[in-house]
Amino acid sequence: MKKILLMGNPNVGKSVVFSRLTGVNVIQSNYPGTTVGYTKGHVKIDKNEMELVDVPGTYSLSPSCKAEEVARDMFFDEDPELIINVLDATNLERNLYLTLQILEKGIPTVLVLNMWDAAKRKGVHVNLEKLKEIMGINVVTAVAVTGEGIKELANTINEITLNPERNISKIPKMDDDDKWAFIGQILSKVQKIEHRHPSMLERLEDASVRPISGIIIALIVLFITMQVVIGFGELLINYILDPLYYQYYGPFITSAVENSIPSGFIHDILIGSGYEYETSFGLLTTGIYVIFAVVLPYILSFYLVLGFLEDFGYLPRLAVLLDSVMHKLGLHGYATIPIVLGFGCNVPAMLSTRILEGKREKFIAATLIAISVPCMAQTAVIIGLIGKYGVQYIIIVYGTLLVLFVTLGSILNHLLKGESPEIFFEIPPYRLPHMGTLLKKTWMRVRGFLIEAVPFVFLGILVVNILYLVGIMSALSNLLAPVMSQMLGLPSQAIDALIMGFLRKDLATAMLAPLNLSPNQLVVACTVLATSFPCIATFIVLIKEIGIKNMIKTGILMLSIALTTGTLLNLILNSLS
Amino acid sequence: MITLVELKSGRYGIIQRIEGGHGLKKRLEVMNIREGKKIIKKCSAPLHGPVVIEIDGCKMAIGRGMAKKVWVEEI
Repeated sequence: MKKILLMGNPNVGKSVVFSRLTGVNVIQSNYPGTTVGYTKGHVKIDKNEMELVDVPGTYSLSPSCKAEEVARDMFFDEDPELIINVLDATNLERNLYLTLQILEKGIPTVLVLNMWDAAKRKGVHVNLEKLKEIMGINVVTAVAVTGEGIKELANTINEITLNPERNISKIPKMDDDDKWAFIGQILSKVQKIEHRHPSMLERLEDASVRPISGIIIALIVLFITMQVVIGFGELLINYILDPLYYQYYGPFITSAVENSIPSGFIHDILIGSGYEYETSFGLLTTGIYVIFAVVLPYILSFYLVLGFLEDFGYLPRLAVLLDSVMHKLGLHGYATIPIVLGFGCNVPAMLSTRILEGKREKFIAATLIAISVPCMAQTAVIIGLIGKYGVQYIIIVYGTLLVLFVTLGSILNHLLKGESPEIFFEIPPYRLPHMGTLLKKTWMRVRGFLIEAVPFVFLGILVVNILYLVGIMSALSNLLAPVMSQMLGLPSQAIDALIMGFLRKDLATAMLAPLNLSPNQLVVACTVLATSFPCIATFIVLIKEIGIKNMIKTGILMLSIALTTGTLLNLILNSLS
Repeated sequence: MITLVELKSGRYGIIQRIEGGHGLKKRLEVMNIREGKKIIKKCSAPLHGPVVIEIDGCKMAIGRGMAKKVWVEEI
């Protein structure tokens, strides 16, 4: 099958073009570094089926981070038949540099001038005929988010596959200085820019990175995010999911199971002791409730807000504001992006640490996220468990995690040799999110959560039930009881939850519910759960990203930190009350 | 000539010289930060944070250390 590579600078909309051409949905955002690995899909034009690869964005073919390395390797090793080079029409000068590098290899290429609407708004006029003539290849304009120009691109691809040799540029190889001079000549012939006054959004862009207004805006964004995520999540639970579960699903499933399997092991595993979710511990009762009525609502509301902030273009500005602080923790501002993603789910957060340049930074970022950034699944259960005792308890848990984040970061920064590299990245313009794209992205993430959560929660409940049945749980509880009670002030049964934490954090936290713990004990248990081990999915990704040796280091760090923090928290909370 | 750090926010300048090794120069160059380009300094982030500049309508954040190596003539 013919192979097509989709290449271009970061944040020019390659992933959007990819989705449009293949129908395969990939996460798209408005910041450089959204795509860190590559995605493959198929395009069928007429009867011609081809493989399309969405390559991470790069400014040149000499990489400066892992994601750019992927791009270079794909270009040189994959032997593509055709390159679709996507360019940001509002910034042709910089984009054309990579184009010239690509054309040097003599592969048939088509240029896509994306964000054609934004270029028009900014007063950028491009003479397409002249550009085609100079480059000696096809040029298509597009507004990929709305689908404009995609059909023409598909036709052009088809045409090129029929006459590949006519679509190879004849521009000679040249050194870098000549490349820039050549680009200058091209633009003086094909591009005219009229001056426009800055729009409201552009003024807001500037205000978001200036020191004082920037911090005020950041605080407002944080406040609104929390209000919307928690408010919308609670709304869904109280008015839709709880009534559905308690009035319809719960009674229905219990009677259905009771009727066919009145008692025994299978009965217990399926519905446990009834549909009261906290105590029953059945696959179809607690399992379903935890996933759909505790965690899912918050996942949905978090990803809606995150998606909006991503597509709007806010996150890189937060990265600029936090850069100095992050340097003190051995990171730099751009690590803000994996950290923010980590509040949704730690798995994509670990993957996105690839946008960081150095190994040291990657290690610090991954460790800090695994230890002190609770995912939404966990947050949801923590809110459900402790929220009813008052917001101060939730603040204690998150405050402790924040203190840990800062302390651990500064310690690692001192301990590990080297320095975090300096921040250097493009800040995308603010763009009003496209509703369809935003909803699709949210749906993809929610679906991703369900695909991962359902089997693991079910497996977890099965494992817990079996461990109880064969008596391993009670043996472990007895063995670790002194640690639990003396250091953490928790009853020995809480060990079940801690062990389960390795499979799934949400389930584990939910296991604390039937133990009738005091608010203080809940705070300790939730904090220990959050810091101790990552869930199994994160664990696997972490090994892939930082290697097994570093994983062992991180693992030891986690366990000791979890125990120390838990013990200290227990001491402090007890002495206060 | 002054560096990007010293250039005041809201002022324009033309890049005259970029110090430092080949690697740094190349990294800046592929982002279109090179000699002869006109830039606007947008601001400096809080607590000695990075410098934000704009070239041809494209905004970029540059760490202070790097920004100190970029010399401009104010216009």
